[in-house]
Amino acid sequence: MTVTPGWYMALAAVLFIIGVGGILLRRNALVMFMSVELMLNAVNLTFVAAGRELNVLEGQVSVFFVMVVAAAEVVVGLAIIVAVFRRRQTASVDELAELRG
Amino acid sequence: MVETVLFVIFGLAALFGAITMVWARNPVYSAMGLMLTMFSIAVFYVSNSAHFVAAVQVIVYAGAVTTLFLFVIMLIGVDKEEDRTENLPIQRPLALGLILSFGAAVAVAGRLAWTTGIRNPLDPVNGTVEAIGDELFNRWVLPFEITGLLLIVAAAGAIALAFFKDDDDAEVDV
Repeated sequence: MTVTPGWYMALAAVLFIIGVGGILLRRNALVMFMSVELMLNAVNLTFVAAGRELNVLEGQVSVFFVMVVAAAEVVVGLAIIVAVFRRRQTASVDELAELRG
Repeated sequence: MVETVLFVIFGLAALFGAITMVWARNPVYSAMGLMLTMFSIAVFYVSNSAHFVAAVQVIVYAGAVTTLFLFVIMLIGVDKEEDRTENLPIQRPLALGLILSFGAAVAVAGRLAWTTGIRNPLDPVNGTVEAIGDELFNRWVLPFEITGLLLIVAAAGAIALAFFKDDDDAEVDV
Protein backbone atom coordinates (compact mmCIF):
# COMPACT_ATOMS: atom_id res chain seq x y z
CA MET A 1 0.00 0.00 0.00
CA THR A 2 1.62 3.20 -1.14
CA VAL A 3 0.87 6.62 0.18
CA THR A 4 -0.60 8.77 -2.57
CA PRO A 5 -0.75 12.58 -2.33
CA GLY A 6 -4.47 12.19 -1.71
CA TRP A 7 -3.69 10.79 1.72
CA TYR A 8 -1.75 13.92 2.59
CA MET A 9 -4.59 16.05 1.23
CA ALA A 10 -7.08 14.21 3.44
CA LEU A 11 -4.87 14.57 6.52
CA ALA A 12 -4.36 18.25 5.75
CA ALA A 13 -8.13 18.71 5.43
CA VAL A 14 -8.68 17.10 8.83
CA LEU A 15 -5.98 19.31 10.40
CA PHE A 16 -7.54 22.38 8.79
CA ILE A 17 -10.94 21.44 10.19
CA ILE A 18 -9.45 21.00 13.66
CA GLY A 19 -7.98 24.48 13.28
CA VAL A 20 -11.38 25.88 12.29
CA GLY A 21 -12.80 24.17 15.36
CA GLY A 22 -10.20 25.83 17.55
CA ILE A 23 -11.12 29.24 16.15
CA LEU A 24 -14.81 28.64 16.68
CA LEU A 25 -14.74 26.92 20.07
CA ARG A 26 -12.00 28.61 22.05
CA ARG A 27 -12.08 32.13 23.46
CA ASN A 28 -8.44 32.38 24.47
CA ALA A 29 -6.75 34.69 21.98
CA LEU A 30 -3.50 32.71 22.13
CA VAL A 31 -5.15 29.38 21.36
CA MET A 32 -7.13 30.97 18.53
CA PHE A 33 -3.85 32.25 17.16
CA MET A 34 -2.31 28.79 17.34
CA SER A 35 -5.32 27.48 15.44
CA VAL A 36 -4.59 29.95 12.66
CA GLU A 37 -1.04 28.63 12.52
CA LEU A 38 -2.36 25.07 12.35
CA MET A 39 -4.60 25.98 9.41
CA LEU A 40 -1.68 27.62 7.58
CA ASN A 41 0.40 24.50 8.13
CA ALA A 42 -2.35 22.25 6.82
CA VAL A 43 -2.48 24.32 3.63
CA ASN A 44 1.31 24.14 3.35
CA LEU A 45 1.09 20.36 3.49
CA THR A 46 -1.36 20.36 0.57
CA PHE A 47 1.04 22.61 -1.39
CA VAL A 48 3.92 20.20 -0.92
CA ALA A 49 1.83 17.13 -1.70
CA ALA A 50 0.39 18.71 -4.85
CA GLY A 51 3.85 19.85 -5.93
CA ARG A 52 5.08 16.29 -5.66
CA GLU A 53 2.07 14.98 -7.58
CA LEU A 54 2.60 17.45 -10.43
CA ASN A 55 6.43 17.30 -10.34
CA VAL A 56 6.82 21.04 -9.91
CA LEU A 57 8.91 22.92 -7.40
CA GLU A 58 6.51 25.85 -7.11
CA GLY A 59 4.59 24.08 -4.36
CA GLN A 60 7.60 24.23 -2.08
CA VAL A 61 8.35 27.84 -3.05
CA SER A 62 4.76 28.74 -2.12
CA VAL A 63 5.27 27.06 1.26
CA PHE A 64 8.32 29.24 1.77
CA PHE A 65 6.33 32.42 1.14
CA VAL A 66 3.44 31.27 3.33
CA MET A 67 5.92 30.64 6.14
CA VAL A 68 7.34 34.15 5.86
CA VAL A 69 3.87 35.70 5.96
CA ALA A 70 2.91 33.49 8.91
CA ALA A 71 6.05 34.51 10.81
CA ALA A 72 5.28 38.20 10.26
CA GLU A 73 1.71 37.59 11.34
CA VAL A 74 2.81 35.83 14.53
CA VAL A 75 5.13 38.68 15.47
CA VAL A 76 2.50 41.39 15.07
CA GLY A 77 -0.35 39.30 16.49
CA LEU A 78 1.50 38.32 19.64
CA ALA A 79 2.61 41.91 20.14
CA ILE A 80 -1.03 42.97 19.91
CA ILE A 81 -2.07 40.26 22.38
CA VAL A 82 0.59 41.39 24.86
CA ALA A 83 -0.39 45.04 24.42
CA VAL A 84 -4.06 44.19 25.00
CA PHE A 85 -3.17 42.07 28.01
CA ARG A 86 -1.14 44.87 29.57
CA ARG A 87 -4.14 47.13 29.32
CA ARG A 88 -7.02 44.77 30.08
CA GLN A 89 -5.37 41.94 32.05
CA THR A 90 -7.13 39.29 29.98
CA ALA A 91 -6.47 37.19 26.92
CA SER A 92 -10.10 36.22 26.42
CA VAL A 93 -11.66 37.72 23.35
CA ASP A 94 -15.06 37.81 25.02
CA GLU A 95 -13.82 40.45 27.44
CA LEU A 96 -12.66 42.69 24.64
CA ALA A 97 -15.92 44.37 23.76
CA GLU A 98 -14.71 47.95 23.76
CA LEU A 99 -15.32 48.39 20.08
CA ARG A 100 -18.85 47.07 20.30
CA GLY A 101 -21.32 49.60 18.99
CA MET B 1 6.25 0.70 2.82
CA VAL B 2 8.41 2.96 4.95
CA GLU B 3 6.34 5.91 3.85
CA THR B 4 3.12 4.15 4.85
CA VAL B 5 4.44 3.42 8.34
CA LEU B 6 5.69 6.99 8.71
CA PHE B 7 2.37 8.34 7.48
CA VAL B 8 0.37 6.30 9.98
CA ILE B 9 2.61 7.05 12.97
CA PHE B 10 3.07 10.75 12.34
CA GLY B 11 -0.44 11.22 11.03
CA LEU B 12 -1.78 10.00 14.36
CA ALA B 13 0.78 12.19 16.15
CA ALA B 14 -0.30 15.22 14.12
CA LEU B 15 -3.97 14.60 14.86
CA PHE B 16 -3.26 14.03 18.55
CA GLY B 17 -1.23 17.24 18.72
CA ALA B 18 -3.89 19.25 16.93
CA ILE B 19 -6.70 17.97 19.13
CA THR B 20 -4.59 18.57 22.24
CA MET B 21 -3.98 22.11 21.06
CA VAL B 22 -7.69 22.84 20.74
CA TRP B 23 -8.78 20.89 23.81
CA ALA B 24 -6.17 21.69 26.47
CA ARG B 25 -7.24 24.20 29.11
CA ASN B 26 -3.68 25.19 29.89
CA PRO B 27 -2.19 27.20 26.99
CA VAL B 28 1.23 25.59 27.60
CA TYR B 29 -0.23 22.20 26.66
CA SER B 30 -1.75 23.86 23.59
CA ALA B 31 1.68 25.11 22.55
CA MET B 32 3.18 21.64 23.09
CA GLY B 33 0.45 20.05 20.98
CA LEU B 34 1.13 22.59 18.25
CA MET B 35 4.83 21.75 18.39
CA LEU B 36 4.08 18.03 18.00
CA THR B 37 1.90 18.74 14.98
CA MET B 38 4.60 20.94 13.41
CA PHE B 39 7.20 18.21 13.83
CA SER B 40 4.89 15.62 12.27
CA ILE B 41 4.26 17.90 9.31
CA ALA B 42 8.03 18.31 8.92
CA VAL B 43 8.28 14.51 8.66
CA PHE B 44 5.63 14.58 5.93
CA TYR B 45 7.67 17.19 4.07
CA VAL B 46 10.64 14.83 4.12
CA SER B 47 8.41 12.03 2.81
CA ASN B 48 7.43 14.34 -0.05
CA SER B 49 11.12 15.07 -0.78
CA ALA B 50 10.85 18.65 0.41
CA HIS B 51 13.99 18.55 2.51
CA PHE B 52 14.73 22.26 2.67
CA VAL B 53 11.14 23.08 3.57
CA ALA B 54 11.23 20.42 6.29
CA ALA B 55 14.34 22.00 7.82
CA VAL B 56 12.74 25.45 7.67
CA GLN B 57 9.57 24.03 9.23
CA VAL B 58 11.49 22.67 12.21
CA ILE B 59 13.56 25.83 12.66
CA VAL B 60 10.84 28.41 12.13
CA TYR B 61 7.71 26.73 13.44
CA ALA B 62 8.78 24.10 15.95
CA GLY B 63 11.63 26.30 17.09
CA ALA B 64 10.90 30.00 16.80
CA VAL B 65 7.13 30.30 16.64
CA THR B 66 6.42 27.83 19.45
CA THR B 67 9.07 29.47 21.61
CA LEU B 68 7.49 32.85 20.92
CA PHE B 69 4.11 31.47 21.93
CA LEU B 70 5.61 30.04 25.13
CA PHE B 71 7.24 33.39 25.93
CA VAL B 72 3.91 35.17 25.57
CA ILE B 73 2.15 32.52 27.66
CA MET B 74 4.74 32.98 30.40
CA LEU B 75 4.38 36.75 30.11
CA ILE B 76 0.64 36.55 30.47
CA GLY B 77 0.82 33.95 33.24
CA VAL B 78 0.41 30.20 33.09
CA ASP B 79 -1.24 29.87 36.47
CA LYS B 80 -4.40 31.51 35.20
CA GLU B 81 -6.19 28.61 33.59
CA GLU B 82 -9.02 29.67 31.43
CA ASP B 83 -12.34 29.39 33.20
CA ARG B 84 -14.75 27.63 30.90
CA THR B 85 -17.77 29.58 32.06
CA GLU B 86 -17.91 31.18 28.69
CA ASN B 87 -21.13 32.77 27.67
CA LEU B 88 -21.69 30.60 24.61
CA PRO B 89 -25.18 29.13 24.92
CA ILE B 90 -25.97 28.42 21.29
CA GLN B 91 -22.62 29.15 19.72
CA ARG B 92 -20.98 25.87 20.73
CA PRO B 93 -23.44 23.45 19.06
CA LEU B 94 -23.65 25.89 16.18
CA ALA B 95 -19.87 25.79 15.82
CA LEU B 96 -19.84 21.99 15.93
CA GLY B 97 -22.52 21.89 13.25
CA LEU B 98 -20.53 24.32 11.12
CA ILE B 99 -17.38 22.23 11.55
CA LEU B 100 -19.23 19.08 10.49
CA SER B 101 -20.75 20.75 7.45
CA PHE B 102 -17.38 22.22 6.54
CA GLY B 103 -15.80 18.77 6.79
CA ALA B 104 -18.52 17.31 4.60
CA ALA B 105 -17.99 20.13 2.09
CA VAL B 106 -14.25 19.45 2.02
CA ALA B 107 -14.90 15.75 1.48
CA VAL B 108 -17.31 16.46 -1.37
CA ALA B 109 -14.97 19.01 -2.93
CA GLY B 110 -12.08 16.55 -2.70
CA ARG B 111 -14.17 14.04 -4.59
CA LEU B 112 -15.29 16.49 -7.26
CA ALA B 113 -12.15 18.52 -8.00
CA TRP B 114 -9.20 16.24 -7.76
CA THR B 115 -5.78 16.92 -9.22
CA THR B 116 -5.88 19.77 -11.68
CA GLY B 117 -3.14 20.64 -14.08
CA ILE B 118 -0.81 18.57 -16.14
CA ARG B 119 1.94 16.46 -14.69
CA ASN B 120 5.34 17.86 -15.44
CA PRO B 121 7.09 15.12 -17.38
CA LEU B 122 10.50 16.05 -15.99
CA ASP B 123 12.32 14.41 -13.14
CA PRO B 124 10.58 13.96 -9.80
CA VAL B 125 10.58 17.10 -7.69
CA ASN B 126 13.62 17.37 -5.44
CA GLY B 127 13.50 20.07 -2.81
CA THR B 128 17.19 20.55 -2.11
CA VAL B 129 18.54 23.90 -1.01
CA GLU B 130 20.10 24.33 -4.43
CA ALA B 131 16.89 23.69 -6.35
CA ILE B 132 14.77 25.92 -4.09
CA GLY B 133 17.36 28.70 -4.18
CA ASP B 134 17.61 28.48 -7.95
CA GLU B 135 13.85 28.85 -8.26
CA LEU B 136 13.58 31.51 -5.58
CA PHE B 137 16.34 33.82 -6.78
CA ASN B 138 15.56 33.56 -10.47
CA ARG B 139 11.84 33.36 -11.06
CA TRP B 140 10.55 34.60 -7.71
CA VAL B 141 13.19 37.16 -6.80
CA LEU B 142 10.76 40.12 -6.70
CA PRO B 143 8.26 38.38 -4.35
CA PHE B 144 11.24 37.35 -2.27
CA GLU B 145 12.35 40.97 -1.92
CA ILE B 146 8.80 41.97 -1.02
CA THR B 147 8.74 39.41 1.79
CA GLY B 148 11.88 41.06 3.11
CA LEU B 149 10.02 44.37 3.18
CA LEU B 150 7.09 42.65 4.88
CA LEU B 151 9.35 41.27 7.60
CA ILE B 152 10.87 44.70 8.24
CA VAL B 153 7.41 46.24 8.53
CA ALA B 154 6.33 43.47 10.90
CA ALA B 155 9.39 43.92 13.10
CA ALA B 156 8.90 47.69 13.19
CA GLY B 157 5.23 47.21 14.05
CA ALA B 158 6.04 44.82 16.89
CA ILE B 159 8.57 47.27 18.32
CA ALA B 160 6.07 50.13 18.00
CA LEU B 161 3.48 48.05 19.86
CA ALA B 162 6.00 47.15 22.55
CA PHE B 163 6.86 50.82 23.14
CA PHE B 164 3.21 51.81 23.23
CA LYS B 165 2.47 53.55 26.50
CA ASP B 166 -0.89 53.95 28.15
CA ASP B 167 -2.07 57.52 28.42
CA ASP B 168 -3.31 57.11 31.97
CA ASP B 169 -1.68 54.80 34.46
CA ALA B 170 -4.92 54.42 36.40
CA GLU B 171 -6.29 51.87 33.97
CA VAL B 172 -3.18 49.75 34.08
CA ASP B 173 -3.67 49.02 37.75
CA VAL B 174 -7.22 47.73 37.31
